[in-house]
Amino acid sequence: MAQATTEKAAPQRVKRGDPGPMLRLVATRLAGAAVSLIAVMLTAFFLFRVLPGDPVRAMTQGRPVSVEQLAELRRQYGLDKPLHQQFLDYCAGLARFDLGTSYQYRLPVTELIADRLWPTLLLVGTGTLLAAALGLWLGTRAAWRRGRVTDQVTTGIALTLWSVPTFWLGLVLIVVFAGGAGGVLPQLFPTGGMSTPGVTGTAAILDTAHHLVLPVTTMVAVLYAQYLMVMRSSLLDEMGSDYLMTARAKGLRDALVLRRHAVPNALLPTVTLIFLNLGQVVAGAILVEAVFSWPGLGQLFYQGLRLPDLPLVQGMFIFFSASVILMNLLADLVYPLLDPRVRP
Amino acid sequence: MAVPQSPARRWFPYRTAALSAALVLTAPALAPAASAQDAPDAPEGQTLTIAVSQPVDTFNPFQAQLASSTNVLRLIYPMLTVPSAEDNTPGGELAESWQTSDDGLTWTFRIRDGLTWSDGEPLDATDAAWTLTTMMEDEGAATANGSFVANFESATAPDPGSLVIELSEPQATMLALDVPILPEHLWSDVDDYVGFPNDDYPVVGSGPFILTDYAAGESITLDANPDFWRGPPGFDRLVLRYYTDQDAMVEALRRGEVSVVHNLTPAQADALESTDGITVNAADGKRFTAFTVNPGARTSGGDPIGDGHPALGDRAVRQAIMLGIDKDVLVDRVYGGYATAAGGYIPARYPDYHWEPAGDERLGFDTGRAREVLDDAGYEEGDDGVRVSPDGDRLSFRMAVHNDRPDYVQIGQFMEEWLADIGIEVQGQYIDSGQIGDRLNDGEYDLIFTGWTVNPDPDYVLGLHTCDALPDRPGTMRSDSYFCNEDYDRLYSRQLAEYEPGARADIVHDMQRVLHDEAVVNVLVYADMLEAYRSDQIASIQPQPDPGGNLWGQDGYWSWWSAQPAASDTDPGPSPFLIGGIVLAVVVVGGAVVLLVLRRRGASADDRE
Repeated sequence: MAQATTEKAAPQRVKRGDPGPMLRLVATRLAGAAVSLIAVMLTAFFLFRVLPGDPVRAMTQGRPVSVEQLAELRRQYGLDKPLHQQFLDYCAGLARFDLGTSYQYRLPVTELIADRLWPTLLLVGTGTLLAAALGLWLGTRAAWRRGRVTDQVTTGIALTLWSVPTFWLGLVLIVVFAGGAGGVLPQLFPTGGMSTPGVTGTAAILDTAHHLVLPVTTMVAVLYAQYLMVMRSSLLDEMGSDYLMTARAKGLRDALVLRRHAVPNALLPTVTLIFLNLGQVVAGAILVEAVFSWPGLGQLFYQGLRLPDLPLVQGMFIFFSASVILMNLLADLVYPLLDPRVRP
Repeated sequence: MAVPQSPARRWFPYRTAALSAALVLTAPALAPAASAQDAPDAPEGQTLTIAVSQPVDTFNPFQAQLASSTNVLRLIYPMLTVPSAEDNTPGGELAESWQTSDDGLTWTFRIRDGLTWSDGEPLDATDAAWTLTTMMEDEGAATANGSFVANFESATAPDPGSLVIELSEPQATMLALDVPILPEHLWSDVDDYVGFPNDDYPVVGSGPFILTDYAAGESITLDANPDFWRGPPGFDRLVLRYYTDQDAMVEALRRGEVSVVHNLTPAQADALESTDGITVNAADGKRFTAFTVNPGARTSGGDPIGDGHPALGDRAVRQAIMLGIDKDVLVDRVYGGYATAAGGYIPARYPDYHWEPAGDERLGFDTGRAREVLDDAGYEEGDDGVRVSPDGDRLSFRMAVHNDRPDYVQIGQFMEEWLADIGIEVQGQYIDSGQIGDRLNDGEYDLIFTGWTVNPDPDYVLGLHTCDALPDRPGTMRSDSYFCNEDYDRLYSRQLAEYEPGARADIVHDMQRVLHDEAVVNVLVYADMLEAYRSDQIASIQPQPDPGGNLWGQDGYWSWWSAQPAASDTDPGPSPFLIGGIVLAVVVVGGAVVLLVLRRRGASADDRE
């Protein structure tokens, strides 16, 4: 019996399981990603050197420095060398996975990024996850009840929040839920930061969760609309399909038709959106991080731009771009697994 | 046909996401309750929390440039002298007393007896001699404070009680050496003074506080030093918390999360003024707001730089510009009254060095006189109302203004209007501060905004306008004016060699007279430093100077060392009622989500059967 099945399936497997096209697809995508990454590395160097401003001057602003001190700083930063030499040093550094040393913090850029990565992953990761979950759920409901009050209300609220400036919404939440709206309400949450100084042990984990509530709420409120809209429209597309008619004809209940048949297909476009957004997770949400004084990568990048702290901003630029490229690559590779129609 | 074959598995991300949501939402509910249970983890004693907004660059005193870092370093390392809390005059710190040789080239400092570092090692003159000598010998150690020792021949400690400094030239700033003294027994082992992060907490020092912890982008924690020679500070712990948003920072003060905020806007100060338990402190400014006029930018070798308007080489035009500006209106309208209309170059905060022009020399707001000056100098009004120079150039000036400073932008707009009244066209260019720096370096401006923080000793800001500060080649300038005047330079050298404070102040006044009269460096206002603190948490605190001084950014440690906790001070953490509120709110939301997930799961189970 088992033998027979194997033999029967054999010709099909040769055809479907032929690794050739799939390998070619993977190779093409990998090569594409590598080319993009190299292009990013080369442009990063020149991109930030176009910025106006002199890091040495900005760093010593208001300080009693002599011309000798300025020259010494230029030497320490490597800015006294000709541009082509700086570029060669930069390339040599990249080859050793060395993104250079930050002008202002005097620490390796990789170390600075590693320090700030976790807070950003925590904030933006949680926010993206919740926004996607909420958006998908509400989007499904809105599409299923298209044109009815539920649809109009959920879509209306989502679009309103989507168009609200992040900065403003964050401040309103701070004033109402952290400041207590001038004594009217209890002061429920901290105004900013990731932790209360001096709190250690298990309390620190819960303390961080406490600090996380307002920034995550702000992110979710502003972001979930895009998932909602994509889910809603792609589900509406599916709802006209013949196979749903068939499913209904088989006698399946409406809820089951939705969940087992329509939603899984409608989810496909959303997968792309989620992967694209995941790539940007590390870039942080500069605005949210700024309002809530969150010690993440967005904050670090903003501080780097003010000088400009060239090694820091170009290193972070490469890091952000690399994560977007990586996530796009993953989306490209995962998509054929989810959707047989796009398999090579 | 693309019918999914195992829909249940496809649902996996959706359900996981919903469950995670429930978890994340409920977690905070436990937080305050758990913090209360884990009370032993929380630090004991009275904590003073200060909001700060600038990041810290490094705690290595040889490298630290940003004010947030140097302000912390003042609390943990000693200096030879410290400006007094009352009036900023130099007083003893590590040095108890000092004397100078007749030629003014040898300074002998008597070092206080019986001092120790926080690790118990003795602190004496050898540490000071080592720190200063290292800065003289190692370029990396001179990065931040090298200018203070540039004129030193040697710094030695013939015995632990005395420090002898030999100078090349007399230097009146010897009692204002803003140089932290470091423990030789630890620092002499450091190989690279540039890269050393000095982050081995607790950092060994001997100031009123000891640096015990630092979380980048979050907070800096300092513990009181019980052995500080003036006596221990009033609070047991000082925490500097980092806020990137000004309005959130003010809310943090209202909430009691922090006890002190600084760098407020006039609107914020007004709003806090009426709040119970909060005191607003409008301190006399250290900083002046000014603009400089391009007098014909050039290198020290005399090569012209850039394309400044030729008419600005004429002092009459520069003076007319100043006569056209109403500083009192700027104080009221731009700063809401929280500023002082400027007289001379040195702010009124330093009464000894401050100078006010009087009588005819004063270039106060006088449109009639401004027009007269321009008429007399031959600048006739053209058909379009803009004057034309005798050489045929229209008086149309580019004015570079920092677009990230609302006060500068408003001043710029006022100036455009006012100068139009006297026949001068001003084109405001409201640009990024990086671009401002480039314009200055390239000499491509006519008027440009600037501002400096003036230290208790005015030597450095005075030195900015000597001919010596002109760049050797474009792009290497440390100044902001391209000013060069022989009288001024002569006075500058004299004040630096004058050890008698009264006589030196007189010379400094004369220098400001030259600056005022030449009208290249034009000071507009001294803006107040706006701060606020919780007077229900802080019973008393020492400003510098007293009265009228500031708390944050003092030249010294007076405020944080002197601050005494208020008797009624309670833990500003959330009360049980609030905790209950949080728990309730979050449990309701979390519960709803969980319920929903369960309901769905139940429903699909039914469907399957």
